[in-house]
Amino acid sequence: MILSVHDLSVTLGGSHILQGVSFDVPPTGITALLGRNGVGKTTTLRAVLGEIPATGSVDFGGVPALGRPTHRLVRDGLGYVPEDRCVFAGLTVAENLRLAVRSQDPDFRTVFGLFPELKQRSDQSAGTLSGGQQQMLALARVLLNPQRLLLIDEPTKGLAPAVISAVAAALERMAERVPMLLVEQNLAVVRRLARDAVVLAAGRVAWHGPTEELLGDPARTRDLLGVGSTVRRP
Amino acid sequence: MSTVVLLTLTGLGLAALYFLIASGLSLVFGLAGVLNFAHGLFLSVGAYAGWFVATHWALGPAIPVGVAAGAATGALVELVVIRPLYRRPTEQVLATVGLSLAGVALLQSIWGADPRSYPRPAWTAHTTGVLGAQVPDDRFLLIGAAVLVLAALLAFLRWTRYGLIIRAGVENRAMVSALGIDVRAAFTLVFTLGGALAGAAGVLGGMYFGSVSPGQGAGLLIFAFIVVVIGGLGSVTGCAVAAVAVGLLQQFVNYYGTSGAGDVSVVALLAVVLLLRPGGVAGKVTA
Repeated sequence: MILSVHDLSVTLGGSHILQGVSFDVPPTGITALLGRNGVGKTTTLRAVLGEIPATGSVDFGGVPALGRPTHRLVRDGLGYVPEDRCVFAGLTVAENLRLAVRSQDPDFRTVFGLFPELKQRSDQSAGTLSGGQQQMLALARVLLNPQRLLLIDEPTKGLAPAVISAVAAALERMAERVPMLLVEQNLAVVRRLARDAVVLAAGRVAWHGPTEELLGDPARTRDLLGVGSTVRRP
Repeated sequence: MSTVVLLTLTGLGLAALYFLIASGLSLVFGLAGVLNFAHGLFLSVGAYAGWFVATHWALGPAIPVGVAAGAATGALVELVVIRPLYRRPTEQVLATVGLSLAGVALLQSIWGADPRSYPRPAWTAHTTGVLGAQVPDDRFLLIGAAVLVLAALLAFLRWTRYGLIIRAGVENRAMVSALGIDVRAAFTLVFTLGGALAGAAGVLGGMYFGSVSPGQGAGLLIFAFIVVVIGGLGSVTGCAVAAVAVGLLQQFVNYYGTSGAGDVSVVALLAVVLLLRPGGVAGKVTA
């Protein structure tokens, strides 16, 4: 397993948000982290990344990760694309990418192959990009360097259907190179991309197994996620 | 006309001094989120270091020594006092306030509470005629230094990797870490840079006022904070604009109004900016 999370607990502002979350992420493919709003999906990613204090254990590539500074985990190959993209609005596209470069040989070829629009807009301020373009930039930043696992939080949130399809296609191609733990609300995207799914409910893992098994059972999907799974492919 | 020219250039000289202090303060707050009340101490240490060199050795090295002393103090304060307190903002503010008070007391214990006469280059005692006004040359020293510093800071922020990190960190420092960058090194750098600029302001301020005293840094810090807030936290350009506005307003109101009205008008300007544009002139951007 590339990532093993065991008994992860997080308390923020007096709220016990994660209460002993345990799951594994295999070294290939996409694992979806699902659940209703507010169950702790983003908190789980941020705790794994060391952005917020947590207890329990997290092994990344067989090495304990909890307590290590975020930048060290990232340098060890843990890429992170946060919810709402968090591109640097005051920097140009080129500067956003330049800032993300860590390796001697950044993979601009793959980045511009997946997102050619970024090359055309390299001198444009990132704050003036559309939501879809900002998402592409956020994904591009993690693709420049060699990665061992990507944590991707709601990459299709707030995007138009056509853009969702483009982002899903990009994620599909990225997943050929690097495994992902993907937080995603759009079940059509989950069905298309994720082989396995972990479902959180009330700060705990409520279900863990193949995505098809989860989404193929409408009653279970409704019960765990509060929505039906009969959505069209993006 | 000549009065207006003199007041303008004197106001710009004061603005230059405010800018030198406030630009470092602004970068420190913008990037590291530290409300650094010890920044005045960096200025005082730089001022006294420059004064010591100028009175015991030579005037020439006073500025580089003052800059180095301010930079070293900034780096030391960040590494020893601020770094252990990054997750504890209240303690951080208390620590910088305490450090500021202790610094003034330390300087008093070494050199006494009375102002010391500050050596200055002979040419700054002369005046230059500008549009009918006889303007003391020390104003041009301050204005020239501030323009050079502004250009150098903008080039640093625009063209260097650390400049890029600082600009990004002012927007979202958690995201900078999430890109694999050790943002703490950038924190140390901005403290060092801020200390260096404050040190320069200390020496130039000493030459401008003609004296240095232990409380000088703390006194100027109040106006520097006002400039930082008006300019927009973390914005160097905003700082420059705000410093000019504050310096000119203070000079003109002090001359045409009653004594002390200049300081009141600056506070009024701050209130107006906070009401109309809470993010300051430039908002939270660095360049």
